[in-house]
Amino acid sequence: MLQNVRTSLSGSCHRNRNGIGFIMKNKNIKFVQGNEACVEGALYAGLNFFAGYPITPSTEIAELLSYRLPQKGGKFIQMEDEIASMGAIIGASLTGSKVMTATSGPGFSLMQEALGYAIMTEIPCVVVNVQRGGPSTGIPTHVSQGDVYQARWGTHGDHAIVTITASNHQDVFQTTVDAFNISETYRTPVILLYDEVVGHTRERLVLPEQGELPLVERLRTSVREGVNYHPYLPREDGRLPMSDFGGHHRYNVTGLFHDMWGFPSDNPQVVHDLIRHLVDKIRNNVNQIARFKEYYLKDAKCILISYGSSARSARHVVEYLRPRGEKLGLLELQTLWPFPHDIVNEKCVNAKHIVVVEMNMGQILREVKRAVERPDRVFMANRIDGVFITPKDIRDILRVIQGKGV
Amino acid sequence: MAIKGYIRERFFPHIWCPGCGHGIVLNSLLRAIEKLGMSKNEIVVVSGIGCSSRISGYVDFHTLHTLHGRALAFATGVKMSRPELNLIVPMGDGDALAIGGNHFIHSARRNIDMTAIVMNNRIYGMTGGQYSPLSGYGTLATTAPYTNIDNSFDTVELATAAGASFVARSTTYHVQQLTKILKQAILHEGFSVVEVLSQCPTYFGRKNRKGTAADMMEYYKNNTTPVGSTAKKENPDLIERGVFVEKEMPEYCKEYDKIIERAMKGSV
Repeated sequence: MLQNVRTSLSGSCHRNRNGIGFIMKNKNIKFVQGNEACVEGALYAGLNFFAGYPITPSTEIAELLSYRLPQKGGKFIQMEDEIASMGAIIGASLTGSKVMTATSGPGFSLMQEALGYAIMTEIPCVVVNVQRGGPSTGIPTHVSQGDVYQARWGTHGDHAIVTITASNHQDVFQTTVDAFNISETYRTPVILLYDEVVGHTRERLVLPEQGELPLVERLRTSVREGVNYHPYLPREDGRLPMSDFGGHHRYNVTGLFHDMWGFPSDNPQVVHDLIRHLVDKIRNNVNQIARFKEYYLKDAKCILISYGSSARSARHVVEYLRPRGEKLGLLELQTLWPFPHDIVNEKCVNAKHIVVVEMNMGQILREVKRAVERPDRVFMANRIDGVFITPKDIRDILRVIQGKGV
Repeated sequence: MAIKGYIRERFFPHIWCPGCGHGIVLNSLLRAIEKLGMSKNEIVVVSGIGCSSRISGYVDFHTLHTLHGRALAFATGVKMSRPELNLIVPMGDGDALAIGGNHFIHSARRNIDMTAIVMNNRIYGMTGGQYSPLSGYGTLATTAPYTNIDNSFDTVELATAAGASFVARSTTYHVQQLTKILKQAILHEGFSVVEVLSQCPTYFGRKNRKGTAADMMEYYKNNTTPVGSTAKKENPDLIERGVFVEKEMPEYCKEYDKIIERAMKGSV
């Protein structure tokens, strides 16, 4: 691809060697799939280790990284399954690498146990789930947003999790960078919950210059060699400075409840404190982690709430009906977990109708109902047939909700 | 450094039952490391779940106690990311070959440089005595009250067929040989498999009337023979021990370094 940047300087638009994207002239502008935007964002954020397993519709992420990572001295490995992929990235992260894996529904199911391990051991990693229809093998080449709750509660036990998404490629790039930053800041796995339409749609992506977006590097311990280092003793601000495996400090990492040394413990106080720490470090930062976009909310009588690719159709409806006199607005959520209840409530306080647009049986709908003061005003506009929800689908439902007939 | 210097005394006493063979494996492993004169900072021990996996907590290296069966997958990430580190992966028989069987054969196939130790006590000890893929036909276990009808793997044959470039077997009775083999395995560049027959008097022994821990070790003495010995021809039931495979093959991380070199030059 680097070669293509060079060749494209003379022409206007060239197909690149992999046939995967287009590179426009002179600028850092590319015409790419969402999956490639994710790859660009990850590389920009400093990704240097990726382990994965082929699965539709996320495979392009693995393909592209197998090509791009070694070019910058990074490592790519195709593991024997998604369980192994998740294990490998956790191992690599412990040595100080920025790591990622990418998958879809069935693979995401397989990753759940190790995802819980990363939560418990507080090892930064980014997990991309380009959603397809489920359950089971489902409808692999078609779109769905059915994994919202799996992202939240897929792994067993009480825990907190961060899940973010995006509806267009510029935002995919940005949220991928954000995912790495959040992961390093809070020492937690972050799930990037994209969907098939975002992953496979091609559109313009402007690559930011290096330094344009802030990057969070890992907080490493300042404890000197020979001085006791407590790997699991949080600082006052809740953060845990790390020490890379292979460095001066040798310590134990375990998925069992553990004390400040990282050693297994069933002491009730230790168990209580650790689970509170794991949940509170995310819960206490809901507003810092919350990312959303709003369109025409100020005077909106009817608010659409959407995320991922369905937010594209929702936005289209708003842009179409506003000039026609309808007081319609859109709240596009990017952070799904922790769910920004307060923000949603505040934005919807004056709305007569709230319509959640998503491609599942009402997963974010449930959260919105829990967030707002009048849950009876919350309605659903969804599609669950593997077909992308269109602006017309949403408009038809709006007419029913607004009492304008079927 | 004395053996004691490799141990985290803070975390003792250990959880193993009286008579368990795993302590002997730990002792042997530390002696091998001591003889090699390795620095504590260059060793990463990655383990899974089960009695065997607790070994990682007791040693003063970088230690990663992971998920049941997945130790080799985690170890692969550590090794790929920092190839200069020495990876030692102690596993139980169920851990390595039932739930972790897929990672076992694929790690062998890749020939990634690490030492996999299969501590074979032919039973799931931590959960109280269920049959494992190495229990063998006709044995008794809490989940095989009418006798076990599952045939067992031969760890050595499996590892060899999967492509491991170093394959060996020893027992907790033959501890001098075990130490020597572990030394060789750690030094070997590539995927090394060392199966150690390690007694579980508490569950396998009691269920199958194998006597005390000492009786079980005596069984290893009387029923094993050095690889290639004539005794094996006369009595095919004897279990061979020693080094079965030791060959030079391209190591995975080294091969990946070549990929990086090619990618950086821009030649595909």
